[in-house]
Amino acid sequence: MSSTDHVKTLKIDGRDCSARAGETILDVARENNIPILRLCELEGLSTVGACRLCLVEIKGARKLLPACATAVDEGMEVTTNSERLQSYRRMIVEMLFTEGNHVCSVCVSNGHCELQAMAQTLGITHMHLPYRYPKKQVDASHERFVLDHNRCILCTRCVRVCDEIEGAHTWDVMGRGIDSKVITDLNQPWGSSESCTGCGKCVHVCPTGALFEKGRSVAEMEKRRQFLPYLTLMREERQ
Amino acid sequence: MSKKKLATVWLDGCSGCHMSFLDMDERLIDLADKVDLVYSPLVDRKDFPPDVDIALVEGAVSSEEDLHKIQLVRSRTRLLVSFGDCAVTANVPAMRNPFPVQAVYRRAYEENVTLTPGIPDQVIPRLLPFARPVHEVVNVDVFVPGCPPSADTIYYALTELLEGRRPELSAKTRFGA
Repeated sequence: MSSTDHVKTLKIDGRDCSARAGETILDVARENNIPILRLCELEGLSTVGACRLCLVEIKGARKLLPACATAVDEGMEVTTNSERLQSYRRMIVEMLFTEGNHVCSVCVSNGHCELQAMAQTLGITHMHLPYRYPKKQVDASHERFVLDHNRCILCTRCVRVCDEIEGAHTWDVMGRGIDSKVITDLNQPWGSSESCTGCGKCVHVCPTGALFEKGRSVAEMEKRRQFLPYLTLMREERQ
Repeated sequence: MSKKKLATVWLDGCSGCHMSFLDMDERLIDLADKVDLVYSPLVDRKDFPPDVDIALVEGAVSSEEDLHKIQLVRSRTRLLVSFGDCAVTANVPAMRNPFPVQAVYRRAYEENVTLTPGIPDQVIPRLLPFARPVHEVVNVDVFVPGCPPSADTIYYALTELLEGRRPELSAKTRFGA
């Protein structure tokens, strides 16, 4: 097979791009500095396509497709930023805000939160949907970390990093629809989890203030993710 | 040019947005050339006047008094501005919303009180079941998020509105700013 079989050429927002076969639209957009918004995707973790913020239009496709989970194809014409896509993105982010109790002003992650930044990027100045004010719990039973369900957007980065990188699989998701929530072990207090190694990777991949270090006050929780591409690279080399 | 009538209103908020308003410092003097502050917690006027051009409303709509006030403000104001996160999102005042109002009263006036505990039945306006953002209750023309919006943001928003333009705020402020 010649090397040209491995190369795909496509257009993203009118720009000619080349890609390796098997790469996703998001990978290629990133390599070409074309911004595509996302909250669940994180380089170094597997793909779930949960947040739907990276939906793009592909010429000839009837449906919108998630850039993070769609492989490139020869001759593809991708639009990442139409008014329709932006209006869907605003709607998704509004749903994330109104389904939880985020209260940016008193959040540990104020100023360092991906959801908050997303709202600003999308020019959201208020919610068109009514707030639900759900009653959600805070689990502070762990010695060093806190889980605040009020601020969880169910991106499942914590679930994936714990399973795929740490290898502990402490985290999982239970329930359906609006009742879904992340849990530790068999839905028991985090502090009583026997599988948790206390590594803190979940805390640092969390895009919001749902997972944070104890002792952090408003706006004090900055997430550090440098470890993730490093660990992923080391493992790929070992294989 | 005749001066515009400006009002500021304080519903369920901490008054931080009004403090930030005062933080405009010397720019308040420039503003005073362009507006008459006809109603505000910062001036001594008891009733909300008619024909107000711009009203900055701080705070969520949480009590029967807030509800009465905001409806009156809306009916007498040309441009109603949701001023700060409590007005825009209900923010901290809405943190009581997952709990029933009676539980909130008990917490505030009985459980945490040592001197003459008891839920007041006069003077204090009755709470509504939920603290709501202003735009869920009346139409809002302009949204200025921030907790509080910075003095720069407020000055920019006000001067744009006085020039008849819509302020473009997403680069200047955000929820929790």
